[in-house]
Amino acid sequence: MLSRLLRFYEVTMQDKRQLKREQFTPVTYLLLTVALFFTMVLCICIGSVRISFSDTVTAVWNAVWKLPIPENIAKNIILNVRLPRVLCVVLAGGALSICGAAMQGLLRNPLADGSTMGVSSGAALGAMIAIATGFTLPGFSFGGSMILAMVFAFGSLILILSLSYALDRSLSTGSIILIGVIFTMFISAIISLIITFASDHTRSLSFWTMGSFSGVNYDQVKILCAALVLCGAILFRFSPELNAFAIGEDNARHIGVNVKRVKLIILITVSVLIGVCVSIAGTVSFVGLIMPHIARMLVGPNHKRLLPASLFSGAIFLLLADLAARTLLSPVELPIGVVTSLVGAVAFVIIFYKTRKVRS
Amino acid sequence: MLAGPNGAGKSTLIETIAQGIPYTGSILWQDQDIHTLKPSQLARMIGVLSQRNNVSYAYSVEEVVGLGRYAHRAGLFSGKDDEGKGQVEKALEMTGLTDLRHASMLTLSGGETQRVFLAQVFAQNPQVLILDEPANHLDLKYQQHIFSLIRQWLQEPGRAVLSVVHDLSLARKYGTHAILMDHGKCISQGEISEVMTPDNLQQVYGMDVYEWMREMLSQWQEC
Repeated sequence: MLSRLLRFYEVTMQDKRQLKREQFTPVTYLLLTVALFFTMVLCICIGSVRISFSDTVTAVWNAVWKLPIPENIAKNIILNVRLPRVLCVVLAGGALSICGAAMQGLLRNPLADGSTMGVSSGAALGAMIAIATGFTLPGFSFGGSMILAMVFAFGSLILILSLSYALDRSLSTGSIILIGVIFTMFISAIISLIITFASDHTRSLSFWTMGSFSGVNYDQVKILCAALVLCGAILFRFSPELNAFAIGEDNARHIGVNVKRVKLIILITVSVLIGVCVSIAGTVSFVGLIMPHIARMLVGPNHKRLLPASLFSGAIFLLLADLAARTLLSPVELPIGVVTSLVGAVAFVIIFYKTRKVRS
Repeated sequence: MLAGPNGAGKSTLIETIAQGIPYTGSILWQDQDIHTLKPSQLARMIGVLSQRNNVSYAYSVEEVVGLGRYAHRAGLFSGKDDEGKGQVEKALEMTGLTDLRHASMLTLSGGETQRVFLAQVFAQNPQVLILDEPANHLDLKYQQHIFSLIRQWLQEPGRAVLSVVHDLSLARKYGTHAILMDHGKCISQGEISEVMTPDNLQQVYGMDVYEWMREMLSQWQEC
């Protein structure tokens, strides 16, 4: 896969005038779905307790069709621990990745995503305030943190864009990233302050800053699934508009795009999706930054292809990151945000360098 | 042709017509206030080619030209655009971009990029084309090429072009009517020969423009 990626990139760079775009055909979708399925099964199999491929498939298949599961299969581990976790990781990875793709398209900024723009930090702060103050919704134990995470995510996005606009009216890459980084540091300071004073909840609160899918349940899977289906459908519907933003907001308006309305819808959608992901798994950085670029190298920048490709690639990447987090230092589990940050930071520098090289 | 010195308000007027900046009063198109139109309805009537154009990410020439058809399939469920493919092909052919259709926009020169955006506006197929200094930042070859393409586009009945130009020679060569502006006001409007009189130009530019043009032309006549 990596050598194919590199070969594609080299060929593209050698013959710059003619784009050699990979075809994103139904067969490609099928192959990606199969790759995702196998990665999911692999992640269920591997862990502190090794489970065979056949046992995993049998347990899941029988559970879906309400058939009896053989006693020798570790069904509790598969169905109550690993499967909900794997499903959450897939959904969150896909969600963060399409949010990154949408933000990079909307803002014409290849370095835009929830983590670089401080949106994830804002969402984490909202969730943390909900937990620290005990804000909940009746009959919905994590509803309070989810609502506040979404509200703070949207508020953070608007604040960062407004500050960037005040600093530099062209909303350049540099100013948005600068404001985003400063904002993230500011929010981190506030989060540290909350953790310091909320000593009873310290352990549960500190994971927001590092990310973790440990202990997720099927209720959270359902909510994440619903959010991804709804928000993903909205973002996919606005693929033509996201493509139009590539020629600039003024030109997008000239060709008939209702720029203000589209921007608002996409920003709200992205905030909701990032808010839901952060409320369940904390801050997982760099997925939304890196994976759209990988997807763009494979299928091109057209959002009709880019969004599905980002969804699949984000899901697979986060699955592998979660697997590494669980197994590298087993039985100690690393926060998943640490793994994605380690990989993502290096990839970030490479992408930044390549982006500037191509543009120059 | 829309002419006038820097700061006269030419680009502001164009952006106002394109609904890019707020304004008081009304802009009428065939007795209809265009402010009441949806962006897609306006785009089907008016196409705008800006001075400077660029594309983020490696879209192909064909994809960028195809964006011009957005207004014809806008809607919640993206309506069908039967003419779309034909209009895009015609636009690519008119602008000589057929061979470059699969090229990445990031690899094109300034002149080629401007041609792509011109093709996009052609594909949009509006009734009125608004050009904001279309030949700016282009060499002489591309300047001539762009204007001859626009002239070719104008041959179909029911079309009009409103172009901002700094070069008064271009205005006289390609324009039939003109609006001369200064400090946000219309000084004169009508046929080119009636608008671009020595007195009008002296009033607006504060210099003897005819003498200046004769001086420039004499540089070439000596060769």
